[in-house]
Amino acid sequence: MTKPKLVIVGNGMAPGRMLEFLFDNSPDTFDVTIFNAEPRVNYNRLMLSPVLSGEKCYDDIITHGNDWYAQHNVTLHKGAKVSMIDRAAKTVTSENGLTAAYDKLVVATGSNPFIIPLPGKELDGVLTYRDLEDVEKMLDAAQRGGRAVVIGGGLLGLEAAAGLKMQGMDVTLLHLMPTLMERQLDPAAGHLLAEEFKRRGIDVLLKANSHEILDDGTGRVGAVRLDDGTKITANIVVMAVGIRPATTLAQATGLEVNRGIVVGDDMRTSDPDIFALGECVEHRGTCYGLVAPLYDMAEVLADNLAGGHSAYTGSITATKLKVTGVDLYSAGDFAEGDDREEIVLRDAAAGVYKRLVLKEDRIVGAVLYGETADGPWFFDLLKKRADVSEMRDTLIFGQAYQGGAPLDPTAAVAALPDDAEICGCNGVCKGKITKTITEKGLTSLDGVRAHTKASASCGTCTGLVEQLMQLTLGDAYNPAAVQPMCGCTQLGHDDVRRLIKSKGLKTIPDVMQQLEWSSSGGCAKCRPALNYYLVSDWPDEYADDYQSRFINERAHANIQKDGTYSVVPRMWGGMTSSTELRAIADVVDKFEIPAVKVTGGQRIDMLGIRKEDLPAVWADLGKAGFVSGHAYAKGLRTVKTCVGTNWCRFGTQDSTGLGVRIEKFMWGSWTPAKVKMAVSGCPRNCAEATCKDVGVVCVDGGFEIHFAGAAGLDIKGTEVLGLVKTEDEALEHIVAVVQMYREQGHYLERIYKWARRIGYDEVRRQIVDDAGRRAAYFDRFVFSQKFAQVDPWSERVSGKDKHEFNPLAIVSAEAAE
Amino acid sequence: MNAENRNWVAVGALDDIPRQGARVVKTLAGCIAVFRTADDEVYALDDRCPHKGGPLSQGIVHGASVTCPLHNWVFDLATGLARGADEGSVAVTAAKVEGGQVLLAADDLARAARP
Ligand code: SRM
Ligand SMILES: Cc1cc2nc3c(=O)[nH]c(=O)nc-3n(C[C@H](O)[C@H](O)[C@H](O)COP(=O)(O)OP(=O)(O)OC[C@H]3O[C@@H](n4cnc5c(N)ncnc54)[C@H](O)[C@@H]3O)c2cc1C
Ligand code: SF4
Ligand code: FES
Repeated sequence: MTKPKLVIVGNGMAPGRMLEFLFDNSPDTFDVTIFNAEPRVNYNRLMLSPVLSGEKCYDDIITHGNDWYAQHNVTLHKGAKVSMIDRAAKTVTSENGLTAAYDKLVVATGSNPFIIPLPGKELDGVLTYRDLEDVEKMLDAAQRGGRAVVIGGGLLGLEAAAGLKMQGMDVTLLHLMPTLMERQLDPAAGHLLAEEFKRRGIDVLLKANSHEILDDGTGRVGAVRLDDGTKITANIVVMAVGIRPATTLAQATGLEVNRGIVVGDDMRTSDPDIFALGECVEHRGTCYGLVAPLYDMAEVLADNLAGGHSAYTGSITATKLKVTGVDLYSAGDFAEGDDREEIVLRDAAAGVYKRLVLKEDRIVGAVLYGETADGPWFFDLLKKRADVSEMRDTLIFGQAYQGGAPLDPTAAVAALPDDAEICGCNGVCKGKITKTITEKGLTSLDGVRAHTKASASCGTCTGLVEQLMQLTLGDAYNPAAVQPMCGCTQLGHDDVRRLIKSKGLKTIPDVMQQLEWSSSGGCAKCRPALNYYLVSDWPDEYADDYQSRFINERAHANIQKDGTYSVVPRMWGGMTSSTELRAIADVVDKFEIPAVKVTGGQRIDMLGIRKEDLPAVWADLGKAGFVSGHAYAKGLRTVKTCVGTNWCRFGTQDSTGLGVRIEKFMWGSWTPAKVKMAVSGCPRNCAEATCKDVGVVCVDGGFEIHFAGAAGLDIKGTEVLGLVKTEDEALEHIVAVVQMYREQGHYLERIYKWARRIGYDEVRRQIVDDAGRRAAYFDRFVFSQKFAQVDPWSERVSGKDKHEFNPLAIVSAEAAE
Repeated sequence: MNAENRNWVAVGALDDIPRQGARVVKTLAGCIAVFRTADDEVYALDDRCPHKGGPLSQGIVHGASVTCPLHNWVFDLATGLARGADEGSVAVTAAKVEGGQVLLAADDLARAARP
């Protein structure tokens, strides 16, 4: 028997959810075909902001990958925009000529960003914020730098502005109204928010009425002019001023359309075989712009398609701003009215603002800024229309203050009723989560996400879900799915790195304060890690914390088992000369250095030097032109080379020259763990390039670049990054991949472990396929080298850190008696 | 013996020791590591780790502890006892700061001098 055909127009979040309900409850009911104007699978649109800010990448936000469609026998036409619905023939046809017949049709076209009809709106560089293409265009612009003007001070505009700022652009945010998010916040709270954005270096202009967008002379955006004549230069303009339901197709089809496509409580349009779903819908006069109501609709529609009789009766919405470091929660309705009262709590010092709007002793709206933990509790009271007159006096202080002493956070969650909503995006209530944890024996957050969807969308309720797991599982719950950095914090390396960037933390005490370190001054594990992260993230602003470095990096030599030190000067690419060798011989004699050894890294080690002698040893070596070899550093160590075309009968390129060039370009840079490289002149590979952190194997046509090898504690051959033609390209690729590692690696994690963690393909995608990104990594490396490429030995010969090399005092026998 | 009538030896200014750092005082018998914490407390321990002789003065100072640079044993600066799972201790020399000068207890130094 052939199954009835279900066709869906649009592959957004709403139909994605609807199909999950359908497949879960009534599998094999339909043959499903989806047309998607976007050329891809289904992803979590909410998470575009973290992608924009760099906190996530596209792969992280895919909700249904190719295998999901295969598994459910769904035909997905990617990049196929439906241009016609033939209701008589019951077919749909796409712009690229695909036709499909339907028994039931779901229109889920979402909405379109509203474009203000300003002169200049069609210029190159005027962008909207709706889909992945928009984000890619913004990221692309961010790489070129300059200024972004974001028009619109609502949720989307704020997220766009914060993200572009984090990507390094100068940002001006224009908002027509006197305060930001005026529909949710009163002027005082709007002010707090504006101040926070200004603190992040974003220019916020209120009451700013855009007048026109000016051409830079080449058909691209050059500036924005306001009504009052102010001109703001702009490399891009992002319009985030609102959305309109996408109804063109439905209108052309002759369905009933108002502001959105009109549906009844059963989600049916004016044609009984055609349903509509999502942001394109108008239900009882309301169009929605948040996912939670759309998911309610999805559930109803899934049931009705499978023959049920569910009804959708409307939703109340709550939302959170997804800008890391800004806590803002708002739910319900804030319009003023004679029959409404307000309760407001302000704590300017702590940056906290809370506002409840009450009507007839019931909460109808809630805004929380700075501290949002009680959001779900207020939202629960609001949805249940609970009478709050009894607790009116203490209501604003939150749930913990109702009856007796303040409760600890898990107790507050414990006190929530089973039907309290925990995850607003997916409409998951507490009872469902605790029940699923017990029934399925779940022990990890990922497991809970997979089985309940709780915290799987925007992720802001993750904390609540974790508390529920704690509550349900007790000691069996081990949140250390992420390994904490050390005993001083719960946070893992990734979180710490992300928060340093997003909160703009610039000193070790600042990090420990803001991220709530549990020890007073850190430990020998976290301090060197934090010091590296700060050096890497703020090369021009952060002053290296010397006392947080391991002794080798403080003394710029390697400590030996007897407390003496070894000294290894650079020999660029392994090349040396009679003058250099003579200078080394002289130093060895003069300071009676007990051992001289050729290292495994093609240079010479002098071992057994007294600490007091180090500056004098370096002074002599410096006169011969030597600089530190950083044999002690979490930084660039050696670039081994072979003789290449200079001498070897098989050499295909100047491998020695390239090795020397790389070492001279990159020496001095700090990295999460040591970095060793090599360049071999032909595939015979005499420099052993295929077991290095980064290696090059020269071939006739160019340079094969390798990465992620290991030959120490682990042995692992490299992966091929790519093949390039010129030395310049080789250098750019190598520098870019190292910079990517510098920005993402965990302290003490070698390149091969980092690359395995994030995926070799991801590295290739960013470094090889994406020229813009590669150039940006390269530029950031070059910038940081301005501050890093100073020879530490000559600095110390000139007197820096003198105390390090001399005793504080020498106490004679008499004094001690 | 009570601390009040001890003999103290001045070994240098507090500011000569970096915060969260250490300097070495050489005596005839061996070296003493003098530590300064983030909140300007000073402590003095023999500069020899009981594990394999690592120079504790070269370790990272955190809180009132130091981590040995050779194999990461951690010692309490006040008691000289190893923390955590490791067992061992280093001799403590009493230390104090007066008028910006670091003073070490002479009799402890003398004891350090007697093997
Ligand atoms: C001197 C040298 C041995 C030699 O006599 O040849 C050496 C000496 C040390 N190596 Fe090495 N390694 C030396 C080449 C290597 C190589 C070979 C190479 O670089 O081509 C490797 C394997 C390649 C690699 O790194 O993967 C190597 C893998 C290690 C490892 C294991 C790293 C890993 O993650 O797998 C350690 C331990 C660590 O870093 O934690 C290590 C650690 C050390 C330390 C720093 C041990 C320590 O912490 O005190 C030794 C310091 C001796 C000193 O004071 O100079 N050494 N070490 C070599 C110096 C090279 C240079 O010119 O800078
Ligand atoms: C940056 C950003 C952040 C957001 N943050 C939040 C948040 O924090 N919380 C929240 O609740 N909501 C948030 N939203 C809103 C939320 O993403 C939307 O409410 C939701 O995605 C709407 O789902 P949908 O399925 O109706 O439409 P969409 O997800 O927009 O999907 C519609 C799809 O249909 C395709 N399409 C359109 N016309 C056709 C056609 N003719 N043929 C074929 N395909 C077509 C479109 O290309 C699109 O892929 C955010 C939105 C954005 C853009
Ligand atoms: S292999 Fe490296 S770490 Fe081991 S003893 Fe030799 S030099 Fe030291
Ligand atoms: S010598 Fe101090 S820990 Fe080994």
